[in-house]
Amino acid sequence: MTPLLKVEALSKSYGAHLGCADVNFTLWPGEVMGIVGESGSGKSTLLNCLAGHMQPDTGRVIFDTRDHGPRDTVTMPTPERRWLARTDWAFVHQNPRDGLRMNVSAGGNVGERLMAVGARHYGDIRAQAEDWLGRVEIDARRMDDRPRAFSGGMQQRLQIARNLVTGPRLVFMDEPTGGLDVSVQARLLDLLRGLVQRLGLSAVIVTHDLAVVRLLADRLMVMKDGRVVEQGLTDQVLDDPQHAYTQLLVSSVL
Amino acid sequence: MIEISEVGKRFVLHNQGGAVLPVMEGASLTVAPGECMALVGASGAGKSTLMRMIWGNYRCDEGSIRVAGVELCKAEPRAVIALRRQSLGYVSQFLRVIPRVPTVQIVAEPLLAQGVGEDMALARAHAMLARLNIPQRLWGLSPTTFSGGEQQRVNIARGFIHDWPVMLLDEPTASLDAANRAVVLELITQAKARGAGILGIFHDAEARAAVCEREVDVTRFTPARGEA
Repeated sequence: MTPLLKVEALSKSYGAHLGCADVNFTLWPGEVMGIVGESGSGKSTLLNCLAGHMQPDTGRVIFDTRDHGPRDTVTMPTPERRWLARTDWAFVHQNPRDGLRMNVSAGGNVGERLMAVGARHYGDIRAQAEDWLGRVEIDARRMDDRPRAFSGGMQQRLQIARNLVTGPRLVFMDEPTGGLDVSVQARLLDLLRGLVQRLGLSAVIVTHDLAVVRLLADRLMVMKDGRVVEQGLTDQVLDDPQHAYTQLLVSSVL
Repeated sequence: MIEISEVGKRFVLHNQGGAVLPVMEGASLTVAPGECMALVGASGAGKSTLMRMIWGNYRCDEGSIRVAGVELCKAEPRAVIALRRQSLGYVSQFLRVIPRVPTVQIVAEPLLAQGVGEDMALARAHAMLARLNIPQRLWGLSPTTFSGGEQQRVNIARGFIHDWPVMLLDEPTASLDAANRAVVLELITQAKARGAGILGIFHDAEARAAVCEREVDVTRFTPARGEA
């Protein structure tokens, strides 16, 4: 089996300030990896470098593309990377406003991503959009409403539908449950868990919430001050943390 | 099925002055197919620690742990994930409840993860829940509000839904009434008959005597305390 994603010696600085340094890991198909750490630990910088939103200073990000096998996405031409972002990758932002078009209908938000990869038949697009709204538990009657009329939890579910409609193989998520009420979080987590299992998705999830990784991630990476201090099986890192920072993190949960 | 040799473990508590707690030393044992072995020893002797090291949520610092032919000591996460999916079953002491997920889904999950079709997986989950006397009206509900005994039976149903070649059982008969305790002992006996290798912790001495051929006192793997 070929790894889906292989990250080698990835580093990114903002001038004198360190973003993340010397990150290495291999993600296999079907694996969900969580990245935890406090604000400023470099976890979002890392995610943005992996997803092609940011250019790392050094290192390689090798993705197993559908058509041409493993390719370094850092050095590939921008149009190819953009194509990956529309097809094989998905990115779920913490704030749904960053991932949705707020003045386009819910159905349009989902359909737009299909059209970006070449779908043209209106009936098919609408049917697929309706199917996906159903899967994220949004009533089909809300299809023509704009997301600004939705609650935060609904907006987040719509963002997930928009991202998954094209059948991506790797999903990046940045604090997908951040900013939501606890009850809404539970529903979203359960939904994500079901989708990840049923579709056999691979994902990289950045969060500061240990309950989220416990529920969703097979593997866990712990970051502090831009560096990976510990990584391993999720329940092993949480039940038997080795690094001082991880021990502090785990023992601080109320 | 389980081969443990010279296993050692210590906890280093970085935020408590770097205290080092050696908790296991020179642990060795072997469980053969079709056999059930009991871990015994006083509370704190390390029964659960050893079991967690075999399950893989505790790291093993030295020695070797082989389960169904796979070396677990310092294994890659994906090797442990694959082993848990295919070969290693675990009935923990408490069910980890996930809000909103119905009982029948929790029980069927190990089969679904192996790619068994939904209809077949649910049918087997129904059969297992019925066998453990969980009323049918509860199958579609999340076990969040179930009693301790009901949650434990859901946990057992999930643990026995697949014919795992190797099984770890942590107090499987605790908090069960006599009738359900008998069902669990029968499940264990059947698992042995099909060749499963089982390692268990049973405070219930009668249950232990009924299903276990051998026992190991983990006290002899407990490092001497006091000098540290």
